[in-house]
Amino acid sequence: MLGKLTWSAIPFDQPIPLVSAAVVGLALFGVLVWIVVKGWVPYLWRDWITSVDHKHIGIMYCLLALVMLLRGFIDAIMMRSQQALAFRSPGYLPPDHYDQIFSAHGTLMIFFVAMPFVIGLMNFVIPLQLGVRDVAFPTLNSVGLWLTATGALLVNLSLVIGEFARTGWLPYPPLSELAYSPGVGVDYYLWALEISGVGTLLSGINLVTTILKLHAPGMTYMRMPMFCWTALASNLLIVAAFPVLTATLAMLLLDRYLGFHFFTNTAGGNVMMFMNLIWVWGHPEVYILILPAFGVFSEVVSTFSGKPLFGYRSMVMATMAIFILAFTVWLHHFFTMGAGGDVNAIFGILSMIIAVPTGVKIFNWLFTMYGGRIVYATPMLWSIGFMVTFTIGGMTGVLLAVPPADFMLHNSLFLVAHFHNVIIGGVLFGAFAGYNFWFPKAFGFRLHEGLGRAAFWCWLVGFYVAFMPLYVLGLQGMTRRMQHYDVPAWRPWLLVAAAGAGIILVGIILQVAQLVVSIRRRESLRDVTGDPWNGRSLEWATQSPPPAFNFAVLPNIHGEEAYWGMKQRAIQQARLGDEPHYVDIEMPRNSPTGFICAFFATFMGFALIWHIWWMVALAAVGAYATFVAFAWRDRDEYIIPAGEVARQDRANRHARSEAIARMQAAP
Amino acid sequence: MHRKPDRLSCSRTRVRIMSVRAGRGAALMALVLLAACQPAVLAPRGDIGRADATILLDSLAIMLAIVIPTILAILAFAWWFRASNARARHLPEWAYSGRIELMVWSIPLLTILLLGGVAWIGSHQLDPATKIASKTPPLNVQGVSLDWKWLFIYPDQRIASVNQLVIPVGTPIHFSLTSASVLNVFFVPQLGSMIYTMNHMSTQLNLDANSAGTFYGQSSHFSGDGFSDMHFDVRALPPAQFAAWVTATRGAGGALDAASYADLARQSTNVRPFTYRAADPLLYQQIVTQQLPPGPGPATDRPAQTVSPKPER
Repeated sequence: MLGKLTWSAIPFDQPIPLVSAAVVGLALFGVLVWIVVKGWVPYLWRDWITSVDHKHIGIMYCLLALVMLLRGFIDAIMMRSQQALAFRSPGYLPPDHYDQIFSAHGTLMIFFVAMPFVIGLMNFVIPLQLGVRDVAFPTLNSVGLWLTATGALLVNLSLVIGEFARTGWLPYPPLSELAYSPGVGVDYYLWALEISGVGTLLSGINLVTTILKLHAPGMTYMRMPMFCWTALASNLLIVAAFPVLTATLAMLLLDRYLGFHFFTNTAGGNVMMFMNLIWVWGHPEVYILILPAFGVFSEVVSTFSGKPLFGYRSMVMATMAIFILAFTVWLHHFFTMGAGGDVNAIFGILSMIIAVPTGVKIFNWLFTMYGGRIVYATPMLWSIGFMVTFTIGGMTGVLLAVPPADFMLHNSLFLVAHFHNVIIGGVLFGAFAGYNFWFPKAFGFRLHEGLGRAAFWCWLVGFYVAFMPLYVLGLQGMTRRMQHYDVPAWRPWLLVAAAGAGIILVGIILQVAQLVVSIRRRESLRDVTGDPWNGRSLEWATQSPPPAFNFAVLPNIHGEEAYWGMKQRAIQQARLGDEPHYVDIEMPRNSPTGFICAFFATFMGFALIWHIWWMVALAAVGAYATFVAFAWRDRDEYIIPAGEVARQDRANRHARSEAIARMQAAP
Repeated sequence: MHRKPDRLSCSRTRVRIMSVRAGRGAALMALVLLAACQPAVLAPRGDIGRADATILLDSLAIMLAIVIPTILAILAFAWWFRASNARARHLPEWAYSGRIELMVWSIPLLTILLLGGVAWIGSHQLDPATKIASKTPPLNVQGVSLDWKWLFIYPDQRIASVNQLVIPVGTPIHFSLTSASVLNVFFVPQLGSMIYTMNHMSTQLNLDANSAGTFYGQSSHFSGDGFSDMHFDVRALPPAQFAAWVTATRGAGGALDAASYADLARQSTNVRPFTYRAADPLLYQQIVTQQLPPGPGPATDRPAQTVSPKPER
């Protein structure tokens, strides 16, 4: 009846996952009870769960990322403390548990923290920056979000029911084949990523279409803000690369479920094919993550320097160069497989070439600051921290692209230090910069500056203390994923690294405090005008938080930095433009399609993992029926009357007029 | 220098010299710091290791020459152009300069051109399959990664060892490497290059040791629950002592044949080093061609009790 699922799947003998799951379960239950008691269920259902508004979907993506960041960071603390303790001793985590933890850490941080964070920011910001009312496919967007959440839920479910993969964040065969990993861990990994991978692909298709096809009048490609360009490149990479991931993992699933031999040791399977395929997705993936972060930094550095972005065309060119080159370098992940001098040299040089457009970007941000009046708000601190940290991480990356150097450093802690250097110092710093930068736009009040700065410094210092020792350890020959070790020289560095993780923990606590304090003091942090940072692109032209329709009247774009131009004109003439003629606005109706579809997908994934075939069939029918029901809908839009549009827009115009008057009054 | 250079080119040269010096200085400083803690990779004991380390440090120096001035410029610009500094130039509309554009594209490009040359030459000269030029004929060693230990077969001496590798100093060692089950990487940090071991495939690696000593060796690719104990000592002995070791090994221990290999191929962890007095010289071929089937993996879907590490040694 329940396939492989029995009571023995619940790890009663392991207190750590059981207790932590019980705590999380109780907390979730408490939140649910609170929501029901307060009577917020209808509000949640109407405004969030079934919402197809890109702003709400973007916020929910970011929320998912932040929650999963906590979970992934708990894994990180456990790994650092285990390695700090496990010198000539087994530590406190047995290998089968430790192996799950590093696998879950990587999987969560890449797929359920970094990805939803950048996708959330893009979802929220892109339509606002393009001056349009929504994304191209609003309901599809909701489906993408909820399928991503399904993947995250499955990974976390493995904590208490069964086990997670013990094969690393990329399940290299033959270790991940049935012969060597007979448990359900790899299946949890595979189905979670198959389902969330579909969600990511849908989101990519949606955003590519949005950026290519939806623009305010006059918003030509070469007038788009830099963030739109990097988002375009990133989403094109998603559309091109994620099907490769889905297909590769599908092949591994066929091996495991139906006895195929794509990657097995025997019967003609080839493990090297897996390595090639997974990195054909895997290397573009890191650019999928970093390009939107580059976009955030471009916006932030320019805004807080009070200047246009230096070398805009150059930046567009560099972005698109990275997009193309991303697909030409995957082999540098396995120089040590013995492909030979020619192959290694060619892929090494191609990998280095990516440093050219990336270097151009760093220099262009540098010259954006030149001649500016830099305001050190929290987003700008993250950006400066990024520029320094990422330069170091980029350098060690190029070093690893030199094949003979990689022959000594492959898979070592030097490599671990390198990719944390670029993913924390690049992607995460970028996500935090964007979070602090656009938070007032999303919620109508700023985040607390003091706590934000304190969190930044803890993260920055913690990062260096935690990861610089790993570079040294790599040079000392220490390889990654060791549950215990006997080499005395490694120990002091691992202790320092553990202390660094502690400093980052303080940073995270400060970020939580920042959010709580900001919500409590929201009245004093209120952003009245919708333009708290003296912004330059269109998202600052509407009020905070933006109305459902984003713009009462679609703006007319006359040049780069659309909003800056409008603002300068308004300040010169000491008045806003004439009040526009308001008309009714059609917006897409809410749809529970995404949520219901993901509900069935969760059951289907769970049933597939545990071989509960009747439930697979039932859930598949349910998901299909949801789509049919959606396809047969007869009303998909609702009307916001002109009067309501006018009321909301006049309030914002009033606040802005007052701001201009204040500016005129001041000398 | 007799010709009076114009100011611009002089200052440019000075900047370039300074940045190269800064790069070298920093690389040197990093080297001194690292030498203090004796990182294995930068304290090579063989020709391949030394060549790898040289390329690593050269590449680092080339990049530091650009990276350090860049980081300093970031910090300097960020500080000088702070909003409260009234003395700083204010160029609120400045967003383009052809000259700077040319510079920001060409500096990284030239660096990569130089570094690409290093990579091209290095990956050919130091390709793991390239034989080491030497008057001494190479010693052949066949390495097999098993769950979770290393088997080293000396086909010419017809002996074998588990979790220990004994080699003669000053003799090139030619490794043929394969895996009996999942992926692993053979890596002795102080001797140089690493390479994957893969079932049904044989990879080639050439290393040498030019001084006697005991070096730490390990698997550098995660291979399952017993992975952390997949390390071994490499003992580099003077040739005469190596010959004595071979003779001594032949005198004791069991024989490695298909039956004892099947025993060895079962999953086990934290295996103490031991030797085989006799080894079937065709065994390696049989493993690579799968005449001997790949290792069986775990018996159940729950980790076996033998898998947990034993702290006592």
